[in-house]
Amino acid sequence: MKKIYLSVLGFSLLCRINGYAQTKSDTALNKPTPSLYEPIHIEGDPPVYNPRALRVDEVNFVTSYYTQNGNHSAVTGGIGTEHVTDFANALTLNLVWGDAATRKNTLAFGLGVDHHSSASAAFVSKTGASKTGGSRVYPSLDWTTENAQKGTSFGIGSYYSGEYNYRSLGADLHFSLKTHDRSGEFTAKFQGYFDHVTLIYPSEFIPQPTVTTTTVTTVTTASGRTISGSSGGEDGKANIPSSPRNTYTASFGYSQIINSRLQVALLGDVVTQNGFLSLPFHRVYFKGGKDTIERLPSSRFKLPVGFRLNYFAGDNVIIRSYYRYYTDDWGTHANTANLEVAYKLSPFFSLSPFYRFYTQTAAKYFAPYEQNLPSQQYFTSNYEYAQFNSSFFGIGARIVPVGGVFGWQSLHDLEIRYGHYSQTTGLSSDVVSFSFGFK
Amino acid sequence: MVKVLACGLLMMSAASCVQVKEYQKNKLNDAEMALSNRKVEKNELNFQSYREAASGANAGKTGGGCGCN
Repeated sequence: MKKIYLSVLGFSLLCRINGYAQTKSDTALNKPTPSLYEPIHIEGDPPVYNPRALRVDEVNFVTSYYTQNGNHSAVTGGIGTEHVTDFANALTLNLVWGDAATRKNTLAFGLGVDHHSSASAAFVSKTGASKTGGSRVYPSLDWTTENAQKGTSFGIGSYYSGEYNYRSLGADLHFSLKTHDRSGEFTAKFQGYFDHVTLIYPSEFIPQPTVTTTTVTTVTTASGRTISGSSGGEDGKANIPSSPRNTYTASFGYSQIINSRLQVALLGDVVTQNGFLSLPFHRVYFKGGKDTIERLPSSRFKLPVGFRLNYFAGDNVIIRSYYRYYTDDWGTHANTANLEVAYKLSPFFSLSPFYRFYTQTAAKYFAPYEQNLPSQQYFTSNYEYAQFNSSFFGIGARIVPVGGVFGWQSLHDLEIRYGHYSQTTGLSSDVVSFSFGFK
Repeated sequence: MVKVLACGLLMMSAASCVQVKEYQKNKLNDAEMALSNRKVEKNELNFQSYREAASGANAGKTGGGCGCN
């Protein structure tokens, strides 16, 4: 019995000592209440991580290889090879600073570099001697500030794109506003592109200078505009003039959570373009065989409206759907439907087969090779404006392992996607893309 | 176009929206559920805007910025 008393006494004493074990050397009771947003700092530790400091949030790299074949090139008036290859690469870097609880700032740098080859480009020159390859470089910069408490965001962006026959400068303003219960969000974006199309004509249509001095060359473009280009260079050759093309877009969107598995979004753009909207090296052959260059109106109004619906079915299947109706004042009406079913084989790996159907009516200025009439005001044989249907199908895979892709902790996710595209015009293409996400 | 707009609005308003708490959003917050294009689709959207007359309403290009229309 004495042993039992002593054991109980010893055990209670031990508990008593343990109860004070932390209070002697630690001053936990004097510490401030821990916050979700403020890291706990223990004296003697290295300086705390400050979430307000500028840091790299995410880096993404997308690379694609695209190849295409067809037999309706616009360069040769709606006949001839459309073989194209394109190697496209885009890098985005997101820097974040500020307090996630109140105001968060994101600075997104983007840089894209594409290199393409186009077999039909050789025939800008009648002899097929023009260069068939080119590169495009397109950097971008976007700043967004987000107020998590108010559920609002505001940002501005800028873009540049340059290639041998096209230059573009763009800017935008964008903002968003969440509903009071955070189940819906309204977004708006106002965008302007200020482009210049270099007036590279087919060799047989290179305009002869109408007025020439030592410094200024004036040419008349396909649309009847008169443009002056300055002479330059030691060889005395005139610089090729360019013509402006402006695009203004107002984009609106509203997304809504319907329940814990379903969310939808309604999207719409109002687009107006003006300037030189055709491309100067696109030929048109009239009935009878006489050729000229494409001529299209100097303004265009576009109105696309889209609807997205995503549904999480069961535990492993996600249905992603999209529909768009499009109309413009050149007479084209188009419908696009896209369905993708993502199947999660594990929480970290999913496969996503997809199918996209597209149909459009012809623009009123389109006619095939030798079908346009010289009496028409506007004409094109670019099959982009023809009536056709197209199908695009393929499969994607997404890998997001806990320890990083291939064990590389920084490589957060990897997406691979292949698609085959075919038009009823005979054009077909294949594209394979890889997306690498780094954290 | 008006019909499409009306249908979209009707679907959204007719659907009985349920208040979803933050802790119930694990499925909605899945990356595959994002109401946007996948990053890996970026270049696909570019080539579609070159080959087809229609563009826009998909957070992609609406014209301008490249030699496409």
